[in-house]
Amino acid sequence: MTALGIAAAVKSGERTALDVLDEHLARISQRDAEIGAFNLVLADEARTAAREVDAAVSRGDAVGPLAGVPVALKDNLCTRGVPTTCSSRMLEGWRPPYDATVVKRLRSAGAVIVGKTNLDEFAMGSSTENSAFGPTRNPHDTDRVPGGSSGGSAAAVAAGFAPLALGSDTGGSVRQPAALCGVVGLKPTYGAVSRYGLVAFASSLDQIGPMASNVADAAACFEAISGHDPLDSTSIDGARDPVVAGLGQGVDGLRVGLVAELCAGSARLQEADGLDGVSAVEGVAADVIARVDAAAAALEAAGAAVTVVSVPSAVLGLSAYYLIAPAEASSNLARYDGVRYGLRVDAANAAEMNVSSRTAGFGAEVKRRIMLGTYALSAGYYDAFYAKALRVRTLMLRECAAAYAGVDVLLGPTAPTTAFELGAKTADPLLMYLNDVCTIPSNLTGHPAVSVPFGCGDDGLPVGVQLMGPALSEPVLLRAAAVLEKAAPPDGGAP
Amino acid sequence: MSGRITRDEAAHVARLARLRFSDEELDELAAQLSAVLDHAADVEALDVTDIAPTSHPHPLVNVTRADEVRPSLDRDEVLAQAPSVDDGQFRVPPILGEAP
Repeated sequence: MTALGIAAAVKSGERTALDVLDEHLARISQRDAEIGAFNLVLADEARTAAREVDAAVSRGDAVGPLAGVPVALKDNLCTRGVPTTCSSRMLEGWRPPYDATVVKRLRSAGAVIVGKTNLDEFAMGSSTENSAFGPTRNPHDTDRVPGGSSGGSAAAVAAGFAPLALGSDTGGSVRQPAALCGVVGLKPTYGAVSRYGLVAFASSLDQIGPMASNVADAAACFEAISGHDPLDSTSIDGARDPVVAGLGQGVDGLRVGLVAELCAGSARLQEADGLDGVSAVEGVAADVIARVDAAAAALEAAGAAVTVVSVPSAVLGLSAYYLIAPAEASSNLARYDGVRYGLRVDAANAAEMNVSSRTAGFGAEVKRRIMLGTYALSAGYYDAFYAKALRVRTLMLRECAAAYAGVDVLLGPTAPTTAFELGAKTADPLLMYLNDVCTIPSNLTGHPAVSVPFGCGDDGLPVGVQLMGPALSEPVLLRAAAVLEKAAPPDGGAP
Repeated sequence: MSGRITRDEAAHVARLARLRFSDEELDELAAQLSAVLDHAADVEALDVTDIAPTSHPHPLVNVTRADEVRPSLDRDEVLAQAPSVDDGQFRVPPILGEAP
């Protein structure tokens, strides 16, 4: 049952929120030992919340648009009095003294929080193998990763543990796991959703986004969590266009640009003019490109005009991101010093205590990124690396603005391949980083992007295609996503 | 794999980052970070002198509010999460000089 279907049934009294919840809790206890999507299941708290929704319905009180809908939260979203670990030893047992704004908004929309999902430690990774509490497995094939870093949230939706989940996306961490698990994942415009209570990784890139089994549910969740928040100084003020109401309007006349740099090998590139000398990002598999071409054809069949566009700086995105994001992370993670919260390893003096606590509390990938970021910001290297990466960001914003003068949305792959086997990329950090090559540009520009399942690769595993648009274009992106959803082959479905 | 970063440089960065590593770990990190920086040679080689940096997707303006007393986080709830507390304050090991 979809999230919107549940909300309608609960509002009409056809089903109780408690009954819906128990059905999902039963699925969790049946299969989560195998999948490992959750760090914590909040059965008692969720039952209390579900009973409150049912009581409100029976009193005839107004209930929200997500009444009785079970939602899973990535475990880097603060929940007051409830452990929030970031899948790190550093924060094991930490109980935040406040709720994230998105958590408050979900509750006031009537949603029922079912639990906290696994992630790559502090959201750094692309496979959910960097969790201090063990990996999450892909519900479609448990020998494979669910992607990351929001792998627990993606797996929870794919396995039917919750119809909705929240993830966070700094370089693709909502969209890439959504693609690998065959669900919908939206990275909203930077500032569209409040980051208050999201444990910071890279503050100029982080954005919270919904994951769902279908486009309408993702759109409804986005509407529920977005909006201005005085507690986040980067939150965008002003009225927003509705998203759910326009989902059925189709794409007749929509101008779609296939991004040449993300689609090496596409038949459309060979037919297009003026692309001589275009270099493309590395490693996007042929079966993934074939699905992107099929998505382009489906949009055309629905009345859209598809052309090929070039965004040359897209090939620089990965390098720029892996300088900017670690630089911001090295600064953000300086707060874990063993003083106010988190792990402390005692030592004779404060400086030693800081070093011992951080050395014991952080895992290998987090340390690697702190080292990389500290290096990129250190004297003598700042101008050569970090300062240049910031200029790549300007270049990318300029080129995207030029592209959006001619097209409404951009199309490309979400992830370079389908889900890979556990352990396949853990020995080579750079190989793992390449997973983000198609998703990173939207984080650097702050623009929204959505991954939609669109059939399977040669191995029978889900492929996601990515739609990208200018700032605050979520209504258009999700409308186009709804067209793709309708056109997608039916076998791209259930695990 | 290139040796852009030596073990000594990695050790220096680790000190800046308040992290401790064994020599083996430093060697491995130096090699891994060198590989990432090799990949970043495309950015390093770019002539971007006439392009302004973008540190943030939106033009940021200072956000202020009226200077009024408002409820803040509950002190006991905050201190309950600290590793060590004394008399309503965070307690830390000695900061100056040798430990007693």
